[in-house]
Amino acid sequence: MKIGVPKEIHPGEKRVATTPEAAEQLIKLGFEVSIESGAGDSADISDEAYKKVGVKIVKDAKTLWEKSDIVIKVRAPEEHPKLGHEAGLLPKGGNLISFIWPAQNEGLMKQLATQNVTVLAMDSVPRISRAQKIDALSSMANIAGYRAIVEAAQHFGRFFTGQITAAGKIPPAKVLVIGAGVAGLAAIGTAKSMGAIVRSFDTRPEVKEQIESMDAEFLMLDFKEDGSGTGGYAKTMSKEFIEAEMALFAQQALEVDIIVTTALIPGKPAPKLITEAMVKSMKPGSVIVDLAAEQGGNCELTEKDKVVVKHGVTLIGYTNLPSRLANQSSQLYATNIRHLLTDLTPEKNGVINVNMEDEVIRGTTVIKEGKITWPPPPPTLTVAPAAKAETAAVLKVEKKSILPEPVKQYLPLILSGLALYGIGSVAPTAFMSHFTVFVLACFIGYQVIWSVSASLHTPLMSVTNAISGIIVIGALVQISTPGFFITILAGLAILIASINIAGGFLVTRRMLEMFRK
Amino acid sequence: MMSQSLVTMCYIIATILFILSLSGLSHQETARRGNYFGMLGMAIAIIATTFSGAVNNYVILVMALLIGGAIGTKAALKVQMTQMPELVAIMHSLVGMAAVLVGYANFMDSTSTISGVEKTIHEVEIYIGIFIGAVTFSGSVIAFGKLSEKISGKPMLLPARHWLNLGLLIATFFLCKMFLGQAETGGGTLPLLLMTVIALAFGVHMVMAIGGADMPVVVSMLNSYSGWAAAATGFMLSNDLLIVTGALVGSSGAILSYIMCRAMNRHFLSVIGGGFGTASGGDAAVVEGEVHPIDAEETAQLLLSAKSIMIIPGYGMAVAQAQHTVNEITKFLRDKNKKVGFGIHPVAGRMPGHMNVLLAEAKVPYDIVYEMDEINEDWDKVDVSIVIGANDIVNPSALDDPNSPIAGMPVLECWKGDTTIVMKRSMASGYAGVGNPLFVKDNTRMLFGDANKMLQEVLKALKG
Repeated sequence: MKIGVPKEIHPGEKRVATTPEAAEQLIKLGFEVSIESGAGDSADISDEAYKKVGVKIVKDAKTLWEKSDIVIKVRAPEEHPKLGHEAGLLPKGGNLISFIWPAQNEGLMKQLATQNVTVLAMDSVPRISRAQKIDALSSMANIAGYRAIVEAAQHFGRFFTGQITAAGKIPPAKVLVIGAGVAGLAAIGTAKSMGAIVRSFDTRPEVKEQIESMDAEFLMLDFKEDGSGTGGYAKTMSKEFIEAEMALFAQQALEVDIIVTTALIPGKPAPKLITEAMVKSMKPGSVIVDLAAEQGGNCELTEKDKVVVKHGVTLIGYTNLPSRLANQSSQLYATNIRHLLTDLTPEKNGVINVNMEDEVIRGTTVIKEGKITWPPPPPTLTVAPAAKAETAAVLKVEKKSILPEPVKQYLPLILSGLALYGIGSVAPTAFMSHFTVFVLACFIGYQVIWSVSASLHTPLMSVTNAISGIIVIGALVQISTPGFFITILAGLAILIASINIAGGFLVTRRMLEMFRK
Repeated sequence: MMSQSLVTMCYIIATILFILSLSGLSHQETARRGNYFGMLGMAIAIIATTFSGAVNNYVILVMALLIGGAIGTKAALKVQMTQMPELVAIMHSLVGMAAVLVGYANFMDSTSTISGVEKTIHEVEIYIGIFIGAVTFSGSVIAFGKLSEKISGKPMLLPARHWLNLGLLIATFFLCKMFLGQAETGGGTLPLLLMTVIALAFGVHMVMAIGGADMPVVVSMLNSYSGWAAAATGFMLSNDLLIVTGALVGSSGAILSYIMCRAMNRHFLSVIGGGFGTASGGDAAVVEGEVHPIDAEETAQLLLSAKSIMIIPGYGMAVAQAQHTVNEITKFLRDKNKKVGFGIHPVAGRMPGHMNVLLAEAKVPYDIVYEMDEINEDWDKVDVSIVIGANDIVNPSALDDPNSPIAGMPVLECWKGDTTIVMKRSMASGYAGVGNPLFVKDNTRMLFGDANKMLQEVLKALKG
């Protein structure tokens, strides 16, 4: 099948849906890949680079759309300045893979459905571990989080890291990251590596560990409510919780220099977390980066796609942060798409199979041959097995103890005592003197062997092997006993035991020679 | 000719030398000296016995010594280090065999003058000596077969095998009684032969029922048995040197078995009872998730960007004979000022200390080879760990899945490091249920292929 990659037409969009590396892999899967001339320019990828790996360059967007069985894109289809709506360019029965945002773009969905096409939305990839490699939202969020800190640093008038210099002491910048999803964690990591003091807050208590693992401080709210919704996303919290949360932010606003907000609840406008009063209370020169600007912003004063200064605080409302790191985000996005296409072509024959039995493909497909299949059934999370294992553990513990504990503990002692008594009561003195030697030797062995280094256990075995060849003594004293048969047996025993002695000592020597510092 | 007292004195010296020999093994620095002590002790013991006056059949004696010595020397010089477990196992069987032969020779010896209780005790000693020797012999032969893969490593489980074992044991006791009764009148050969057959069957059955993963325990257990066989022979011949040496070897093997069992969190009896490696206990949670494959080139990149690297070798490294390539990679990385270490699990490989010997053979310096307890708390400081052909010893379900067959066994917690690269021969890539959750962890990368071949590619990529 033919894959076509058109140039993005959204203003300010610099990403491209495939890179030469990803295209090479796609060609290996049996696809033919074409790209609109200049599609990679803004992401610093030249047509030549694509040509080198065998991608066809198509001059004209119209031809590209018409000749492709599968179109891969970054942004959802929109009005083309010359050719009319992109959705209309898609051939009947074709396939489209891009961001779609089906909840926000009902009109687009309907239009695509009438064209009898199959659409896979990169924003609808289910959040299960198997689909992580396809999860473009995560890979883009990672970039956005990084870029958020870079943007903040751009507008922030001081160092991030604290220093003591000859020219005076510089305090470290304090950064508050609200919402520790992928973007939040990326922002924490970036700010931390630049030397800032980072604090973070999230309504989901399970991310506390992740925040702390990034060496940031988790702001505890003295309030018991779990904010985890389905699929690893957050949900709306109760009124009391929000009040406590706002009080915390108000207090933090007085202290911190930079706030990065990433709080989003799926399918809802972004919660307003930073009020105008809080902005006013911040130190002049502070920066707020609002990653939720697209959904209305977490801060009341954010203006979408703009940088504004209000009350001395810079508010950054860019919604195209991944696009501002176009090469990096194109690479990750292209890899996400390549993984999706790999899953779609299990036969590696260049023909996609939209298998609706597969949970990942089912979730990602929003339109199948003209039928709207969005929203998918909720993903099934595997929490149940863990609980099962626990109950089983409890059962196992109870099953034990056939004998009462003290009996079990002393039984070996009692038995060996009885055995020793038995021997002592019948054995002659000659035997007892040998027995004394035997028992003492066991104890010496015990003491000596425990101190043997674990790395020398193999040499220990081979040397004990050689030493147990001492049984040769037994054969030696018998070899001269009259009787042909005894001589033969003893001779054989000597032969065998001497194999042991020579072999054991020599192989030990060989091994020990090898141990060196 | 030496006087009896002089011979005894020689025996005492030999005993002391043997003890020094074993205690020398507590450090690498003194280990070689210890080995020479052992040789010296053995030489003194043999020479003293030869000239003790009890021996006059020198032709056969010297011939047997020379032939045996030559065979042993040849085996010792030829054996490959990866085959050490097999060599050790077959040598155990030789001790067992010798004990049986000496026992029979002693039984046929009619020149002894003892009588009464002493005679009975002597006969019991013969009986026990032959029994232990025969079990050691056949068990070791089977262990040898399993280790050299001439016999399938899977546990062979007969129905009602515990009852079968018990039956064999009772039969042994019964035959013992019969033997003692007949020996009074000079007979008893038949019960003795029957018992030998039973003991041989017992040894075969016992080792057959034990799975490949438990081989370290079996090998050290047989080591112990070979010692007890020597001690029993010592009782039979009233020879203190044999008793002491046998006891030393016996307790050495017993302690090794104990260490191995503890390393697997298994009870000694349950290992001997056999059947490990088959499904035991409840249903272990099925591991689901996706493996992340990686290629040699990416592995090299990871290694080059890491500061601290830990290598975890397993039996797979021995099979692939990859230790030399591992050493070359180690050398290369150490020259680049990276911290490289080896983490050795006590039961890695097929016998105690197996991995250490292989690494030593490849000339890996022993001061960067660490035991599990030395490193298990430091995994968070490790950037990249490479697991070469190991599975159970790095299985996290041993710690967190109570239904896992290896639950409770201490393991190398490599997943606590930044990245783990697992080298494995194969696994159908994609969405498969596998027994080791490590393979599907997010920070685990799988490098598929023959360990040696892949490591050579990694080395090439590192240098290129």
